[in-house]
Amino acid sequence: MKSLEELKAIRERMQGQVGVRSADSSDTRVVVGMATCGIASGARPVLNTLVSEVNEKKLENVTVTQTGCIGLCQFEPIVEVFEPGQEKVTYIKVNPEKAKEIVEKHLIKGQKVEEYMLHKGAEHKGYADFVKFDEK
Amino acid sequence: MYRAHVLVCGGTGCTSSGSAKIIDRLHEELKKNDLTNEVAVVKTGCHGLCAEGPVMVIYPEAVFYSRVSEEDVPEIVSEHLLKGRIVKRLVYREAVSENGIESLNDTVFYKKQTRIALRNCGVINPESIDEYIGTGGYEALGKVLTTMTPDDVIQTITDSGLRGRGGAGFPTGLKWKFASGNRGNVQKYVCCNADEGDPGAFMDRSVLEGDPHVVLEAMAIAGYAIGADQGYIYVRAEYPIAVERLRIAIGQAREYGLLGKNIFGTDFSFDIDLRLGAGAFVCGEETALMTSIEGNRGEPRPRPPFPAVKGLFQSPTILNNVETWANIPRIILNGPEWFASMGTAKSKGTKVFALGGKINNTGLVEIPMGTTLRTVIEEIGGGIPNGKKFKAAQTGGPSGGCIPAEHFDIPIDYDNLLSIGSMMGSGGLIVMDEDTCMVDIAKFFLQFTVDESCGKCTPCRVGTKRLLEMLEKITDGRATMDDLDKLEELCYYIKENAQCGLGQTAPNPVLSTLRYFRDEYVEHVVNKRCPAGVCKKLVTYKIDPEKCRGCTLCSRNCPVNAINGEAKQPHVIDLAKCIKCGTCIEKCRFDAVYID
Ligand SMILES: Cc1cc2nc3c(=O)[nH]c(=O)nc-3n(C[C@H](O)[C@H](O)[C@H](O)COP(=O)(O)O)c2cc1C
Ligand code: SF4
Ligand code: SF4
Repeated sequence: MKSLEELKAIRERMQGQVGVRSADSSDTRVVVGMATCGIASGARPVLNTLVSEVNEKKLENVTVTQTGCIGLCQFEPIVEVFEPGQEKVTYIKVNPEKAKEIVEKHLIKGQKVEEYMLHKGAEHKGYADFVKFDEK
Repeated sequence: MYRAHVLVCGGTGCTSSGSAKIIDRLHEELKKNDLTNEVAVVKTGCHGLCAEGPVMVIYPEAVFYSRVSEEDVPEIVSEHLLKGRIVKRLVYREAVSENGIESLNDTVFYKKQTRIALRNCGVINPESIDEYIGTGGYEALGKVLTTMTPDDVIQTITDSGLRGRGGAGFPTGLKWKFASGNRGNVQKYVCCNADEGDPGAFMDRSVLEGDPHVVLEAMAIAGYAIGADQGYIYVRAEYPIAVERLRIAIGQAREYGLLGKNIFGTDFSFDIDLRLGAGAFVCGEETALMTSIEGNRGEPRPRPPFPAVKGLFQSPTILNNVETWANIPRIILNGPEWFASMGTAKSKGTKVFALGGKINNTGLVEIPMGTTLRTVIEEIGGGIPNGKKFKAAQTGGPSGGCIPAEHFDIPIDYDNLLSIGSMMGSGGLIVMDEDTCMVDIAKFFLQFTVDESCGKCTPCRVGTKRLLEMLEKITDGRATMDDLDKLEELCYYIKENAQCGLGQTAPNPVLSTLRYFRDEYVEHVVNKRCPAGVCKKLVTYKIDPEKCRGCTLCSRNCPVNAINGEAKQPHVIDLAKCIKCGTCIEKCRFDAVYID
């Protein structure tokens, strides 16, 4: 190690790795529905895209996680964004391209991508336990 | 890029309960489910909740699974990792509440803790220098070498108020200062005390197993501060996992040039070597430790001269405890004010304790100085099993003393513990309930000191042996009140005349139990009774004829056939034959056997 820059480079490369291992309640959480219905409709590539985009763009206060069935199977893949102190935003029928856009616009610039959003007032019944956990 | 991280504890506790097999199975199942590129498996150091092992934490949700078995792995993979459904039945019981499942950091066990020394334990892979760097590792060393003078470093450590975590609580900055003169002109050494000999203590082991690089980084910082180019870590050979991880860490640090010549392109050079100890308690004493590193029999020598003046190989040397080291990089990065903002007036920061004895959550906890014993035992520790009553807690191991219930609310720090006749020690905290006999406890620790005394000086070698004999006389019911006075007198004599800390502190367990539980001693001496029913010679086992149903269970199980009686008739114990093993009490379902 001949310079601080070298150290910094390693740190940045690793931060996405080890940074995931904290459950800070001030973080923005991006949750992907990954039940059978979600997986069947293509939630896994969406999840993986979100994870790598968030890491690439070095969004340190964002965690991407998965949950079970969100209860709106016809709209899967579903991505929900929880920001501290704000109402949850639900994106539906997401694909990897849309996921990239959500990261770019919503997570980086703070602009919700209205066209992919589930309109307000939709029922959220059957929401998995995880959400309770999430809201804590 | 991994979307989920499965952290499996590879500390000594979880390894012995089978965590290696769990890791193998995880890899297998992830492969089956085609998840190897999405989910990382990380073997970490200790998470602290050793009683609940093997433990596993899955991020990003921070779900804490306890007592996981190999057979549970397929379900965890297919449910949690594939479908995102938490496997409720495996979640650590205290993380399951009415509101669902709490994340790890919200459980009482973790919520009341502040993790500085243990911050990476259970979070990073200790065998990966990159992961350590990913959490800010070696940045403090970089900062020190490129922006601070050696005196700045010492001043920072002094201002933080950090005191040694190895027992005596000597101010760390001051110790470094004493060794800092004449930099560059004399050979000096930096040593790490990883001998950890207190029975029941495993704080240092956990740091070494979970975060070995933090010790290396801190020692290099100290090397720069005092002008030393060589360090030694003295670690007991009974810690094979710790030794192995230190070896790996030193190798990686050398490879990265974080140990060796011209670190960060500066003209500072520093290297570290391991020295294995054979596990004698006295070798944890600083002068004995250095004598042992030199290759001689580990015996203490008189001080002064202090090691800061004449230590290892007659050169100025600083020696610090593993946990002390683990605090250094954070103090450099976050500043001395940050550290000094935690704790009490004269004890700053946090302290790691190994909770053991009669407590629900045995394991490792790190709490801010000034936390009360009540918080540690009732909240973090989850209370005492089977609804028993708290009687006392022992801190400081064989050099310390007990803290009785009347001091349950005393804020734990160096000075408070000393004022009530105990001491901080290295951090063993053994909880005792109403079934514990305090004379027996004193005897236990004295037995330990008698075994571990190096024999160099008479007050310790002979004195502790005599103390032990006196305690045996008491627990055998042969003592008189006169003996109690002699016992106390001998304690003070040894304290004043032994050469090293081992002998000087050996009487503490006796003195403190005498101070708080004198009645119990008197009861043994005068009434030949052991109130807790522990001292075998003083108890008799009896069967209550009113309660006995004559089921014969006890007589069939008694190893010496001391119990007689016809079926369906009250049984009787033949006291001449009875060896007081307690089997009958355990076996009887009608509560008919009692201790008199
Ligand atoms: C008998 C005896 C055993 C000791 N064992 C240890 C030990 O296992 N680990 C330790 O760090 N300090 C131990 N010490 C304290 C050391 O002598 C020394 O004070 C300490 O390592 C200094 O480091 P610190 O200032 O960082 O606490 C022991 C002292 C005595 C008298
Ligand atoms: S006090 Fe005990 S351990 Fe210390 S030098 Fe004397 S005999 Fe050895
Ligand atoms: S086990 Fe209990 S009830 Fe049965 S014979 Fe012994 S004392 Fe009596």
